[in-house]
Amino acid sequence: MIPGQFDYHAPTTVQEAVQLLQEHGDEAKVLAGGHSLVPLMRLRLAAPSVLVDINRIPELRGINRTNGTVTIGATTTHATIERSEVLKRVLPMLPAAATVIGDPMVRNRGTFGGSLAHADPAGDWPAVALALNAEMRIVGPDGERTVPAGEFFVDLLTSAVEPGELLTHVSIPVPGGNVGMSYQKFGHPASGYAVTGVAAIVTLYENNYCLDCSIAITGAGTKATRATETENALRNQTLDEATMAQAAEQAGTGIDFLGDIYASEEYRQQLVKVYTKRALLAALHAANEGQSAEAQKTL
Amino acid sequence: MATTYVGERLKRLEDPELIVGAGNYMDDITLPGMAHVAILHSPYAHARILSVDTSRATALPGVVAVFTGKDMEADTNALPCAWQAGSVTNNVNTPRPLAVDEVHFVGDPVAFVVAEDLYTARDALDLIEVEYEPLPTVVDAEQATQEGAPQLHENAPNNVCMHWTAGNQAGTDTAFDQAEVVVSQKLINQRLIPTAMETRGAIGSYNAGTDEYTLWLSSQAPHVHRLLLAAFVLNVPEHKIRVIAPDIGGGFGSKIFIYPDMAIVAWASRKLNRPMKWIEDRQENYLWTSHGRDHTTHAEIAGTRDGKITGLRAKTYANLGGYLSSIAPGIPTTLYGRMATGVYKIPNTFVEVFGVYTNTAPVDAYRGAGRPEATYLVERMVDRFAREIGMDPAEVRRKNFIQPEDFPYDNGLGMLPYDSGDYEKALNRALELVGYQELRQQQTEALAQGRYIGVGFSSYVEVCGVAPSAWIGLNGQGWGAGLWESANVKVHLTGKVVVTTGTAPHGQGHVTTFSQIVADELGIPIEDVVVQYGDTQGQPFGLGTYGSRSLAVGGTAIHRSVTKIKDKAKKIAAHLLEASEEDLVWQDGKFMVKGSPDAAKTIQELALAAHVGYSLPPGMEPFLDETTYHDPPNCTFPFGTHICVVEVDPETGKVEFLRYLAVDDVGNVINPLIVDGQLHGGIVQGMAQAMWEQGVYDESGQLVTGTLMDYAIPKASMVPNFELDRTVTPTDVNPFGAKGAGEAGTIASAPAVVNAVVDALKPFGITHLDMPLTPERLWRAIQEKRNQPSDSATAPTGGSHPPGDASTPASGAGA
Repeated sequence: MIPGQFDYHAPTTVQEAVQLLQEHGDEAKVLAGGHSLVPLMRLRLAAPSVLVDINRIPELRGINRTNGTVTIGATTTHATIERSEVLKRVLPMLPAAATVIGDPMVRNRGTFGGSLAHADPAGDWPAVALALNAEMRIVGPDGERTVPAGEFFVDLLTSAVEPGELLTHVSIPVPGGNVGMSYQKFGHPASGYAVTGVAAIVTLYENNYCLDCSIAITGAGTKATRATETENALRNQTLDEATMAQAAEQAGTGIDFLGDIYASEEYRQQLVKVYTKRALLAALHAANEGQSAEAQKTL
Repeated sequence: MATTYVGERLKRLEDPELIVGAGNYMDDITLPGMAHVAILHSPYAHARILSVDTSRATALPGVVAVFTGKDMEADTNALPCAWQAGSVTNNVNTPRPLAVDEVHFVGDPVAFVVAEDLYTARDALDLIEVEYEPLPTVVDAEQATQEGAPQLHENAPNNVCMHWTAGNQAGTDTAFDQAEVVVSQKLINQRLIPTAMETRGAIGSYNAGTDEYTLWLSSQAPHVHRLLLAAFVLNVPEHKIRVIAPDIGGGFGSKIFIYPDMAIVAWASRKLNRPMKWIEDRQENYLWTSHGRDHTTHAEIAGTRDGKITGLRAKTYANLGGYLSSIAPGIPTTLYGRMATGVYKIPNTFVEVFGVYTNTAPVDAYRGAGRPEATYLVERMVDRFAREIGMDPAEVRRKNFIQPEDFPYDNGLGMLPYDSGDYEKALNRALELVGYQELRQQQTEALAQGRYIGVGFSSYVEVCGVAPSAWIGLNGQGWGAGLWESANVKVHLTGKVVVTTGTAPHGQGHVTTFSQIVADELGIPIEDVVVQYGDTQGQPFGLGTYGSRSLAVGGTAIHRSVTKIKDKAKKIAAHLLEASEEDLVWQDGKFMVKGSPDAAKTIQELALAAHVGYSLPPGMEPFLDETTYHDPPNCTFPFGTHICVVEVDPETGKVEFLRYLAVDDVGNVINPLIVDGQLHGGIVQGMAQAMWEQGVYDESGQLVTGTLMDYAIPKASMVPNFELDRTVTPTDVNPFGAKGAGEAGTIASAPAVVNAVVDALKPFGITHLDMPLTPERLWRAIQEKRNQPSDSATAPTGGSHPPGDASTPASGAGA
């Protein structure tokens, strides 16, 4: 478990980092929390000759709320999100989801941006970011661009971040109105990764009438996916358990399912239905209770 | 100043050092001029080695040397198999330090690099070019015995290395022919990968001046490692090797055995005249450090409709891997087959075991070693039988228990007589604590709400404190040595006591337990005792720590040495007090003249007298220094009943633990805190087999579960709180009346969990599930039953339950 040889750079500005990435092209990898990259390097499944460590770039770290948007820096750790009072108030699904990532050691080192850019099909953040309509700010040699979450997860382990580019920030609109949100996860007993994870958000009018809903699924297939059919089936409906369960039956539509020795494709299809239903129930409950992270946790 | 430590929940004396990071583990050791070793393992499960080209690796700057099997062949022999049970003698196949012509599993060592640093050593591995000719592979033991299966070793036709039986075949066949009820079940006891927190390592240092080797090894048995390396592998006289086991981060059996790396570092340290260090990484650890379990068993149980068990028959294929590990043949024979009837009086039993070579890592003793497999066999079958005749599983157990008046009990399978037991008492206590009647009531009520709760039992007995040498060595068991244990106790001039033990703790807390015993026996503060172990230099020969034997056997050796010390001290006291020995009594840490409490000598005063030596009884040698080699008259047989309560989510197959209760009888307890800790860890390990762990090879012999990302070891958050209680049935085998607690939890817990889950799924008509009980396995079993029209009378609802119905209602089942 000894990685091959590599050069190490620790730039202190985004510009410097992008310059290094451009200079070294495919040979370079960005090192954030290192919780995906370093194990791959130790197993010699990845052997980048240059590492660009972005942990010393101050502007990439931290959570900021301005008007209706929360912006999270790419190197903000899972643990920081888990403990953020601001997020607990306005986007409680984020700190709640953080609590089910790995273990405390992983959460203390692993980063929000690193996890998103890595686009692991079993990562938790992709579903959360997708359901929350996050926007990714990416800086490259030609300047800055913004990619919506819906276009960010391209394929298995492939995000919209091109070689030479750096994901710097993620902006998440704070939903208004009577909103409830929940992330429900079936974790792998060894890795802790999501065998299936479902992020659900419901916006209600009176009497559980669904004005809007947003559902995203991770773990089951090659990339995080919106459950569009289920969303459509629930909008402008009165939400109850039977309605949500019926809509959840379609949650797997559009997922390119994966299977392995722990959980087959067929089983993941079942998990997607069950966890979509449970995430919706939890989100509905949260909306009814007046959302709080604590309210979600009890479900 | 009567100090009584025995029976106290003393915190472990070992811990402060380890907690603050001041321990001395293998990788903490650095020697001047030390070079680093990296080992190249075969990527093929079965292949001929056509050529090995080391030139590119050797040319890498920083590489000192690269060696292959051919380089080592002349100087070293194959590793020995020390427990040739089951007439395995004629087809022993053990690994050489490096494979020469053929490899037999992925992980088989082929070459090694010596370099100035570990990074270079690892880089150089990628530059060694080995040309392999792949051969057909077989990974399943039962399949390996079939005609036409790929053959691993010429001397083992059909890959069978042994065929072993125990019990009464004719009587058992008759019992089955005449039985009112027979239940058959195939049982898979899956392969497990022992995951000690610290991987293994080996450091070798050769002194050219004295022609002596010092080896630091991850060892549960340093004296045995020295003996085997010297006498069998390295062709070096035993007294020219010193083996040191530093702090060892767990073993669970995997560090009993002799491994190629031990020979590699010793050989290379002499060849290159430099100290050599090899530290195993987790991937290597999973590939080649011996695995555990891996039995396929065809089991049958016979009995009467009123719940009497009349026969047990089992045919087991034990997967032993590509080669025999050090004591592999003894595990599925003496420690499994001879314990197959567990706590029950089963009049007719026959166990047949095939030990089989396959293209997988060697399989050997792993926590419990044979007894978890035996307990799983009998406890699962008793439950199957109870279900078949419609009787409460607790009642069937009670009806068939060996009774207190039956001890010493001969189970008819060639095991030593069970020493003592009261199995019903432990069961009753467990039932009382769990509130059995109410629990069954709750289960019924829950089912009516569509909730699937299950209650599972495991009543177990195991054998530990192995063993009398005359039994294990001679009586058909095939163990190649004695199994006594040693201890030396010295009381120094200052009254401080030095205990050296042949046992080799690696997490068990021996220092604490042994200190409690010695401090009590000598009436001194516990701080005045030091316990030393793990170094062949200066410590008496010991057989090591495994099989829950250290207290029963090693502790007794210490106790006997202390007794000898006190006998001698008494003579000195009599001399100094001018009294006769008969007039002296031992009280409050002193020898005093009966009726004259002022005429007394403490052990410290007597140690001083013994040391200075100027006023001793005529002819007496100075110093208080006694050694004992203790060979016990019998093993010990701890027992108990565990009860597990679970709830299964029928939508996902996920299992939730509601309760886990254990009533264990490990005899008298020296340190209840340590025993509780051993039970907690043991229960978790057995639960992990039931629920999560499984070593999986694909058909080509690649280990699919090769990392901790795939192989699910238990975490604290995955298990419930444990409710522990004990009954106490002392043994007369040792002076403590203690039986051993290191493996009991693991032996008991897997069947308790499986029985609970199967009980929970009884409304679906499910009668058995193989381990591990993954959610998908449960979900599929439920789906299968739901889709079987014939079972619709017993299975709740049809295949497609109504949407939105989180809790599937039971349709009249389980009434």
